[in-house]
Amino acid sequence: METLVAALTVFVLAVFVGFEIITKIPPTLHTPLMSGSNAISGITLIGALLSAGAQHTELTTWLGFAAVVFATINVVGGFLVTNRMLSMFRRK
Amino acid sequence: MSSTFINVAYLIASILFIFGLKGLTHPRTAVQGNRYGALAMFIAVAATLLDQQILSFEWILIGVLLGGLIGGLLAAKIAMTDMPQLVALFNGFGGGASVLVAGAALIEAGLPTTPGTTHTFTVATAASGIIGAVTFWGSLIAFAKLQELMSGNPMTFPGQQVFNVLVALACLALGGWIVADPTAPEPYWIMTGIASLLGILIVIPVGGADMPVIIAFLNSASGLAAAATGFVLGNNILIVAGSLVGASGLILTKIMCKAMNRSLANVFIGGVGGEVIAGAGDEIYEGHIKSTSGEEVAMLFDTARRVVVVPGYGMAVAQAQHAVRDMANILESRGVEVEYAIHPVAGRMPGHMNVLLAEAEVPYEKLQEMDLINPTFEQTDVALVIGANDVVNPLAREDDSGPIAGMPILDVDKARTVVVIKRSLSPGFAGIANPLFAADNTLMYFGSAKEAILDLVVALKEG
Repeated sequence: METLVAALTVFVLAVFVGFEIITKIPPTLHTPLMSGSNAISGITLIGALLSAGAQHTELTTWLGFAAVVFATINVVGGFLVTNRMLSMFRRK
Repeated sequence: MSSTFINVAYLIASILFIFGLKGLTHPRTAVQGNRYGALAMFIAVAATLLDQQILSFEWILIGVLLGGLIGGLLAAKIAMTDMPQLVALFNGFGGGASVLVAGAALIEAGLPTTPGTTHTFTVATAASGIIGAVTFWGSLIAFAKLQELMSGNPMTFPGQQVFNVLVALACLALGGWIVADPTAPEPYWIMTGIASLLGILIVIPVGGADMPVIIAFLNSASGLAAAATGFVLGNNILIVAGSLVGASGLILTKIMCKAMNRSLANVFIGGVGGEVIAGAGDEIYEGHIKSTSGEEVAMLFDTARRVVVVPGYGMAVAQAQHAVRDMANILESRGVEVEYAIHPVAGRMPGHMNVLLAEAEVPYEKLQEMDLINPTFEQTDVALVIGANDVVNPLAREDDSGPIAGMPILDVDKARTVVVIKRSLSPGFAGIANPLFAADNTLMYFGSAKEAILDLVVALKEG
């Protein structure tokens, strides 16, 4: 129970932080914000690494491996494409 | 390596994620913000690899190389006009990864070597599976629609809402089964299968012009899926990063809904657009349409002092952004003031027009938000509408019923002259006629956006 409350505390506070820092976004940045935050949601990669590396069973290793591939596409692709877009905004 | 060290590394990564996301909200700090995000991810991954649970690195290495290669190639090769599809696809992969990780965790929990499960674990596992599968399949359908692998029109059938609710209830019931009896993993996979169906059902009734809302919503969902997986694993970095993304996606979704004067529920019920009311515009258009040519528009520009370009999805389809920039350069070299009016939901994802015009090297200071540019149309000599329709339809202001009633629009009709570049008089996504085309101060310049602008550029150079 205590771990649940601790995790919930972190969750609720992080949601509030999320709402607070994204107050006014200029429309110019709507797409980069989306693709950049999308790359951050690839944080599931952490869980995928643990599943793929822990070698509990063959099945969990395969599930973990597939999750590593999916999450890495999300993370690497997301950060790179955001960088590509933002470098266009800067150039004048 | 001790878990304290790993948790401290996660704390540092969390702080960097927050700074990164904050950076992404301002043009000057955005590049730096994105780098902070990437650095945070690197720190989190590196710390995790030191975890004692990890016994073998070969599959991790192969997986990261494969995923990195695919992601890197997609990011480098994608055309800016295809960005909505790519963002949808990346959202989906994040959701899919959550489904797999939660599934693997459930199997591990059923092994005799592991201590029992808690309700937190099982509830979170069910939530990860449902949210992740909805995100994955919803994103794939959005991708297929945007990539035109399937029709972009809304697909509806009788009793759709009732059916969707039943499917959602079936998901929750199976989720309840997992909580009650976590030892067998089969219900989990059945549940994700049904949640996959739900993801498909949610997105098929949504039509093209409502896509910005759906993409922002799926973005939020991919974050929530990651946060749920964080509860499964008892891992704070997943909870923090996931809920940050969930919150920011939700704000973006709200902005998009407001820009269309619709509720999120209304968008999901869908069905707006796609149906064209036959002959709806004939009465309005009959005898009132004035067609024009590149030469005529060039002459208009000769006497203009201020021109406002209003881009829509038609500009994206025709890839006309570079031609538009060339035209604007000529006008500016003659002392004409050129600005761009951007409707929040123009295109197929939030900020779609901004990305395309940035690609064509239009400085972002010239891109004006709707609220800022609307009062200036009265002092505008020519409003040049390129492939936009519903977002400039005055019916939204005047008509109290109808699919776009009350939607904030760009008041182009207040400009001295309106030039509309469009292939035909066919209605926009909302399926209704646009009285703007028949207005006294409107000239219709029929053609594909790119060719029309190129002809206009030739005429400007000759004139």
